[in-house]
Amino acid sequence: MRFVDLDALAGMVPPDAVVAIPPDNSATPSSLARALARARLSGAGYAISLIGVPVSGYATDLLIGTGCVAEIQSSAVSLDEAGSAPCFTRAVKAGTLRMRDATCPAMHAMLEAAAKGIPFIPIRGILGSDLLAHRTDWKVIENPFQPGDPIVLLPALAPDIALFHAALADQEGNVWVGRHRELAVMAHAARRSLVTVERIVERSLIEDELLAPGTISAAYIEAIALAEHGAWPGGLTDEYPDDEAHLAEYAALARTEEGFRAYLARYVYPAPAEAAE
Amino acid sequence: MSPADEALIVAIARLIPPSRHAAIGAASPIPAAASLLAREMSGNLRVSMLYQRRGNVFTDGTGELFDLAAQGRIDLFFLGGGEIDGAANINLIGLGEWPGRAVRFPGSFGSAFMYLLVPRTILFRREHSRRVLVPRVAYISAPGTSPPGVFRRGHADALVTGRAIFRFSPERARFTLASVHPGETAETIRAATAFDYDIADPLPETPPPSREELALLRGPVAASLAPIYPAFVSRLAA
Repeated sequence: MRFVDLDALAGMVPPDAVVAIPPDNSATPSSLARALARARLSGAGYAISLIGVPVSGYATDLLIGTGCVAEIQSSAVSLDEAGSAPCFTRAVKAGTLRMRDATCPAMHAMLEAAAKGIPFIPIRGILGSDLLAHRTDWKVIENPFQPGDPIVLLPALAPDIALFHAALADQEGNVWVGRHRELAVMAHAARRSLVTVERIVERSLIEDELLAPGTISAAYIEAIALAEHGAWPGGLTDEYPDDEAHLAEYAALARTEEGFRAYLARYVYPAPAEAAE
Repeated sequence: MSPADEALIVAIARLIPPSRHAAIGAASPIPAAASLLAREMSGNLRVSMLYQRRGNVFTDGTGELFDLAAQGRIDLFFLGGGEIDGAANINLIGLGEWPGRAVRFPGSFGSAFMYLLVPRTILFRREHSRRVLVPRVAYISAPGTSPPGVFRRGHADALVTGRAIFRFSPERARFTLASVHPGETAETIRAATAFDYDIADPLPETPPPSREELALLRGPVAASLAPIYPAFVSRLAA
């Protein structure tokens, strides 16, 4: 584990990595997504395979719009109250993005299987959904313990990299995510985690019995960068709410290619204040 | 929120009893408002809301909602659809070549799972039109019914739109028009609905929201909802 600055953290994402990220209301790594977008706009080539945990929002749409994403696996891509995700919708219609539709509990279950080191995991439901016909990696078997009971099997999903934002890290690189346990599952499942945090604190997070259950051990964390308001315009529990006005502005601008470029010029590139540690 | 939104929320809230535990997924202001209103009316409903800022009961991450449902601990869920057909299949994927090359909806969210595992689902969609209520959905995110042998706890109970309420019979895989909202008739609903259905005889009018229901909706329900759905609630107050 090491501490780096935001652009160096973005630089640690291999161009063709399988990358898991959480959505806007779940400690989404927006500053990091903007840093990746800046790297792309500066000429870096990316063909990331994104994983929405379990859905996707602003950060995903921004990465799609800047041409960082070749493929996405998610249960939905939307800006919630601000409406549909414009760059995602445009890319699906144009056929320039491979969308692998899923359903939320399947995304969680596939990551849980990877976190447990097992090759697959059964899940109820899904039978009769057209998702099954298009997910050739999802299988239906007969429950070996109860003949005549068809059940879906999902493969384990181990992302190359988990990207997320959190409130606190300590000097050793332990990261506190509180009740956002989906981030812990994601970090346990991924080979490496790259994290941005609001603050780096002096005290140990794992020696505090109240904080330890909401803490991800540094063993899972490759690198951490300081990024104040790093989820913005997404929110961070107990720190700041979603910036609905900004998400609405993004949704309105990104509706056209020209508007999306205007958004990038205004908020993404260049952004020296955000890139500084 | 418009009077039409309020009428839709109140109509859904009245259908919620006798369910005791309603769960609300992400991006669902209308079922959230309806459940909070039902809780105010009956005082006997647990409402578990994902991404709630205060009183969020999901302490084991956003996946816990689905674990609860899988165990049968949730009685009631809500689903919408870009398309809903006469057999209660819902499409949240899109239209045209897969995966929605003509029209792309956001995606299936938890529908493919929750529809089969929760004992009771209320379908809702404010827009009541022939493009939404179709004879057959283009793609099935979640099926309205399942063949024998498929593990399934429940089905759609009702479909509430901005113009009418239907009830669903899983045995017959068919809706019955149960009431029409004020200003609508059997004929206007038939003209706006592209799937086939039966009609209750006699066909009542949906009672409009009462003074008490509106006061609760605009008061304590709006106050609880504002931190989660600020834009929605500011439209409600307008």
